Amino acid sequence: MSETLGISPLSADDQEPLRVVLAKLGFDGHDRGLKVVARTLRDAGMEVIYLGLRQTTDSIVAACEQEDADVIGLSMHNAGHLTLAPRMVQAVEEAGLGVPVVIGGIVPAEDVTVLIEAGVAAVLGPGASTEEVVAAVRAAVAHQSPAR
Amino acid sequence: MSAPSLDELFESARTGNRRALGRLLTMVERQDDNAVMVSERAHRDAGQARVIGVTGAPGSGKSTITGRLAAVSGAARPAILAIDPSSPLTGGAILGDRIRMDNNVSSSTFIRSMATRGHAGGLAVAVPDAVRVLDAAGCDPIIVETVGVGQVEVTVAAAADTTVVVVTPGWGDAVQANKAGLLEVADIFVVNKADRPDSRGARRDLELMLDLGHRGEWRAPIVLTTATEGEGIDDLWSEIERHTSYLHHSGELIRRRCRRRRSEVADRIELGLRDRALRIIDDQSGESAMVRVERHELSPAAAAKQLLATLIPDNPPEE
Repeated sequence: MSETLGISPLSADDQEPLRVVLAKLGFDGHDRGLKVVARTLRDAGMEVIYLGLRQTTDSIVAACEQEDADVIGLSMHNAGHLTLAPRMVQAVEEAGLGVPVVIGGIVPAEDVTVLIEAGVAAVLGPGASTEEVVAAVRAAVAHQSPAR
Repeated sequence: MSAPSLDELFESARTGNRRALGRLLTMVERQDDNAVMVSERAHRDAGQARVIGVTGAPGSGKSTITGRLAAVSGAARPAILAIDPSSPLTGGAILGDRIRMDNNVSSSTFIRSMATRGHAGGLAVAVPDAVRVLDAAGCDPIIVETVGVGQVEVTVAAAADTTVVVVTPGWGDAVQANKAGLLEVADIFVVNKADRPDSRGARRDLELMLDLGHRGEWRAPIVLTTATEGEGIDDLWSEIERHTSYLHHSGELIRRRCRRRRSEVADRIELGLRDRALRIIDDQSGESAMVRVERHELSPAAAAKQLLATLIPDNPPEE
């Protein structure tokens, strides 16, 4: 749907729980990390819409629209992040969603800058603590809608 | 860009804009002042869609069945409302129903996951409003899926035109069946995972229970499915359609919907009263009453009666 209506993200600083869409994009079977993140974000009081494996940019955008999500979390362990992550950011932009994309998984240090430049809100590596994951997701949402 | 008006959101939602519909659902889910306006607006156009409730034990296959049902319905714009519990400790939730649906449903199916959220009884008013919004947006059928544990969840699924209760082989015998309150609400039973041993035993137990009596002229049929393979889903849909036409012919549909709206209004009154009741405990009269309760001068029952009288002044005196 090309019509975007100027619907901007709602949440951020009010009492309502953040709604997070979590997915693995493309051909990538390693979802243990994503399950840990799902649990972590739930324990931080967020509502996690868990899409799991083998999603496409289209299916993720559709889920975001239907679920009125505040943020997308993608897990990547297939070395495809340089291709897939910018594609996700672009798909989100084209849909006019205005939601940040946070990446977690195996991303070499030199690729992190590339992804940030491509519009990814944050990149979380294997060493990230649960607190860091929660903080990064909250910061991504807050940064996206500074007016709130 | 200025924020779209409510009318614009409804108009877009009606033409299939997922984002607009998603936003309207968020508004009713929050149950704030906006929600009342959204609900009001939706109520004008609602009442067209068939509402199907699907409930059953965790892991019985509800989500898979629900996704498949939307697909076989052949409807242009089916919708699914998938409800999962919030953690009572953190308020967070993992809403994992889509993972069982996405592969089976077409892109025209609108799926919304909803957490029960903390507020007592909140679900009982948020869900009817969400259904109303989906209905007003032109979605049909609307399938509401809940875990069949807890009174509220069962009640929510039962607040449908047709309620489907899902069980699996080995879930329990006829005695369990009578214990579990969710069986009383079934218009249709599904024995899912029918490829497992003893699916016929599960059917027999249900038949035995139904032999003991059922309300009205409709006897709940029992459908065997293997939802992961899509087996039996066509049969299930046929039974749902049969039940729909029974509802129409018998006049039961009007009665049911009437009851439903009545209990929704009652739920809202209860919720509003509860809010005010909780506030009254913290105000001056409440505090002084509580002090007397602490001193054992006043019983909790007497304190409640006293405070209730200030809440509803014309409360008729009891015998």
